[in-house]
Amino acid sequence: MAYEVNGQTVEHDEEGYITNLGDWTPELAEVIAKAEDIEMDDERWEVVNFLREYYDEYQIAPAVRVLIKSVKKTMGPEKGNNKYMYELFPYGPAKQACKIAGLPKPTGCV
Amino acid sequence: MSTLHTVNKSPFATQALVSCLNHAKAGDAVLMIEDGVYGGLGGTGLTEIMEEFGKNVSLYVLSPDLAARGLDPKRLIAGVEGVDYPGFVDLVAKHDRTQSWL
Amino acid sequence: MSDVKKFLYVNRRAPYGTIYALESLEVVLIGAAFEQDVSLAFLDDGVFQLTKGQNTDGIGVKNFSPTFRALGDYDVQKLFVERESLEERGLSEDDLIEVVYEDEDDDWEEKPAIRVISRAEMADAMADADVVLSF
Repeated sequence: MAYEVNGQTVEHDEEGYITNLGDWTPELAEVIAKAEDIEMDDERWEVVNFLREYYDEYQIAPAVRVLIKSVKKTMGPEKGNNKYMYELFPYGPAKQACKIAGLPKPTGCV
Repeated sequence: MSTLHTVNKSPFATQALVSCLNHAKAGDAVLMIEDGVYGGLGGTGLTEIMEEFGKNVSLYVLSPDLAARGLDPKRLIAGVEGVDYPGFVDLVAKHDRTQSWL
Repeated sequence: MSDVKKFLYVNRRAPYGTIYALESLEVVLIGAAFEQDVSLAFLDDGVFQLTKGQNTDGIGVKNFSPTFRALGDYDVQKLFVERESLEERGLSEDDLIEVVYEDEDDDWEEKPAIRVISRAEMADAMADADVVLSF
């Protein structure tokens, strides 16, 4: 299974998470988002970039509770809450945004 | 005839390193790899024993395994030498046989 | 609150040579979702898991030591490290990574999560736990 970006194929697992984290590009993020029925905008990019930075620093994709708490801390309570985050990513802010960010499935998600 | 001995277990967790040293002949080499690299650390309860054995056998650690564990080569006991992967191959080639202490 | 149990994860193995250290950390992260009182204990070769400056580029294995620094986000506030185990291995507290948590009861002030304790205190911490998980 693979995504197609600019004529290149990028392998992913049965749930859509890319196999090789180094394959990620912003263009790929747009492709994954489209497959998830999500239109990327500034608000969604902010979360995706936040997740990539979190992974870069801690080497894990955070659980949803941790993600929302960390967003609250850095971007403020108007964004760091369940309602806002689930509006951006209806199938789960951690699960879905991590997929778009090219990260593994968050630890602790089944 | 000389032997290259490799040890891949922490000396604080198993007897592999001490047993290896007790069986090594003068002129042999002991290469500590994986968790074995902890055996090369100075300032531990084992340092004195290692220094004593180091008089008769050459002691080496695999540098990438040392770096993975956050250990600066400056922490090694004097006389313990770091080798990279090609150095590991050279040691194997230089000795008549290789014996793994698991 | 009576449902909250004290969990203690006991780590006695060095990282990378075996899978125990990484598996323990994964279980801690998953278990943290259940909002129990979680502490980690590092003794014997387990203290090697927390050394600073780990760089696994040369061995083709993921460096998971940065993940310990995320434990504060997971509400893990106590990482007990046994002093005697450090000393036997030529290490001191200065050789360890820094891990902080934010104290809810003290205006979210950042506090160190690593506590170097004696072997006797470690024994007390073990005896004090409701559930001990060993790795």
